[in-house]
Amino acid sequence: MMRTVRIARGLSLLLGLGLASGQAQAQQEGDAERGQAAAGTCVACHQADGSGMNVPGGESWPRLAGLPAGYIAKQLHDFKAGRRENASMMPFASMLDAQQIADVAAYYSQMPVTDAQGGEGADEALLRRGEQLAMRGDWDAYIVSCKSCHGPGNAGAGATFPGIASQHAGYIETQLRAWQAGERHNDPQNLMGAIAQRMSDGDIRAVSAWLANQSVASD
Amino acid sequence: MRYRMTHLALAIATLAAGMSMAAWAEYETLAEMGYPAPEAGELVHVPPTMADLEEADLHPELKKVIRRGYDLFTDTQQLRGENVFNDMNCSSCHLGEGRQPFSAPVWPAAVTLPNFRGKNQHVNNLEERIAGCFAYSMNGTPPAYGSDDMLALSAYHRWLATGAPMYPDEPIYGRGFPPPERPESLSYERGEALYVEQCAICHSDDGSGLYENGEYVFPALWGDGSNNWGAGIVRTHTAAGFIKNNMPLGQPLSLSDQQAWDVAYYMTQQERPQDPRYSGDVDEVLEKFGATFHKHSSYGQVREHDGHRLADHANWGEKGDIVPWNVGQPRFEDLED
Repeated sequence: MMRTVRIARGLSLLLGLGLASGQAQAQQEGDAERGQAAAGTCVACHQADGSGMNVPGGESWPRLAGLPAGYIAKQLHDFKAGRRENASMMPFASMLDAQQIADVAAYYSQMPVTDAQGGEGADEALLRRGEQLAMRGDWDAYIVSCKSCHGPGNAGAGATFPGIASQHAGYIETQLRAWQAGERHNDPQNLMGAIAQRMSDGDIRAVSAWLANQSVASD
Repeated sequence: MRYRMTHLALAIATLAAGMSMAAWAEYETLAEMGYPAPEAGELVHVPPTMADLEEADLHPELKKVIRRGYDLFTDTQQLRGENVFNDMNCSSCHLGEGRQPFSAPVWPAAVTLPNFRGKNQHVNNLEERIAGCFAYSMNGTPPAYGSDDMLALSAYHRWLATGAPMYPDEPIYGRGFPPPERPESLSYERGEALYVEQCAICHSDDGSGLYENGEYVFPALWGDGSNNWGAGIVRTHTAAGFIKNNMPLGQPLSLSDQQAWDVAYYMTQQERPQDPRYSGDVDEVLEKFGATFHKHSSYGQVREHDGHRLADHANWGEKGDIVPWNVGQPRFEDLED
């Protein structure tokens, strides 16, 4: 029930931005089985188990397994419409119609969360800072904790806020930097962008490493 | 004295008072974000953090109790069903773990009490002040005075006040939720539209907030999961002050004064559990508190758009017939004037 409500909320945001085409798409029910068939092209990067891959020095592919369906669907629509810019994803997202997007999103959302890479070898001080930012924030710099939106254990909250614990460090780093540089701005109400702006380079590395080292039990 | 400073001639004052530049730098971020800089003669205090606690020269037993207090403050839901009967934590309203200026930092209570308190018309100490939060904001009933939980919460307040002077004469920088100037008119409709646009993504359309895996993420703004009609934040100006200075999360001061007041007006015109001072009749509550506390709230008012009379009900929320033991508790009745 909550999921449905959340998706409807994402929808009203889309509408608020004058993107009326969002309506039919966002309300579409996804079917995981059909999603598997439609996800044929995804596995090359995101892997058959949805674990993605940390690629040091390159473009890391995010774990999709266990992310909220509403979040995945929104990202695919955003890639397609250019609201989220990514040269790799644009062509693949464009191949999917609204129903396939809902199906693929349902498919990945139901997979158990996999382990992440990229946090190995981080020193203790960096991890301590990462834990602080993720769990308590640094209010003196007005950086609110990741947990305050991404939920208990940073495992996600509702359909809007994706789980970031056990996400690849390379991916989190890239995204935070993209928000900082204004290259990513498809978050609702600039909620992430405003925080990313206040993070130092060290903060970004710290929080990415710490989150990548967390494991998430799937229900 | 590192906690005392003046805005004017900052560098000189800093040197003279020996205040650490690091402490000022922390609040400089706030000034950069648009919060007012401290004015001359204001008491500025930067509370220590939990990381500082680990380094502090305190007895290990005290550290343990302060840690317990912090844990209760940030996860008050662990007292759900005993002392807390809604979806709130202390830190739902006192952001930044109770340290944050303009978010009703809690350390002032530790250096200004005991003192007379208008709300209950007698002298309160720190424990009684905390007990008030349980009765109203948490829609519950407080842990006993002197109990482990109460002592732990007090100890946490005391820790945050470390270094601040007792009974300061100066006004305290960033105390409470200072409201922006009240605009000429407030609009429920504008507030509702703004709520849907800017607040509902976290707090949901029906104001119930968001739980995930049985844990609170975003607090309930009204309804049974929220504070009751006796909590300070049902006063429109307090809600406006909270919103203006703290919301949306991470983007304080982004709403105009009019917007903050409109959305506060909308939020405080929704239903919530009854005020524990209710005796079965809204008018009786208004007779007692209508000229003081509820002068600033919408308690007992008839909502314009649907004719609903607010708070005219006996819904106590999840706490049912549990009566907070501290509400109306007499004090010093035998003292002569």
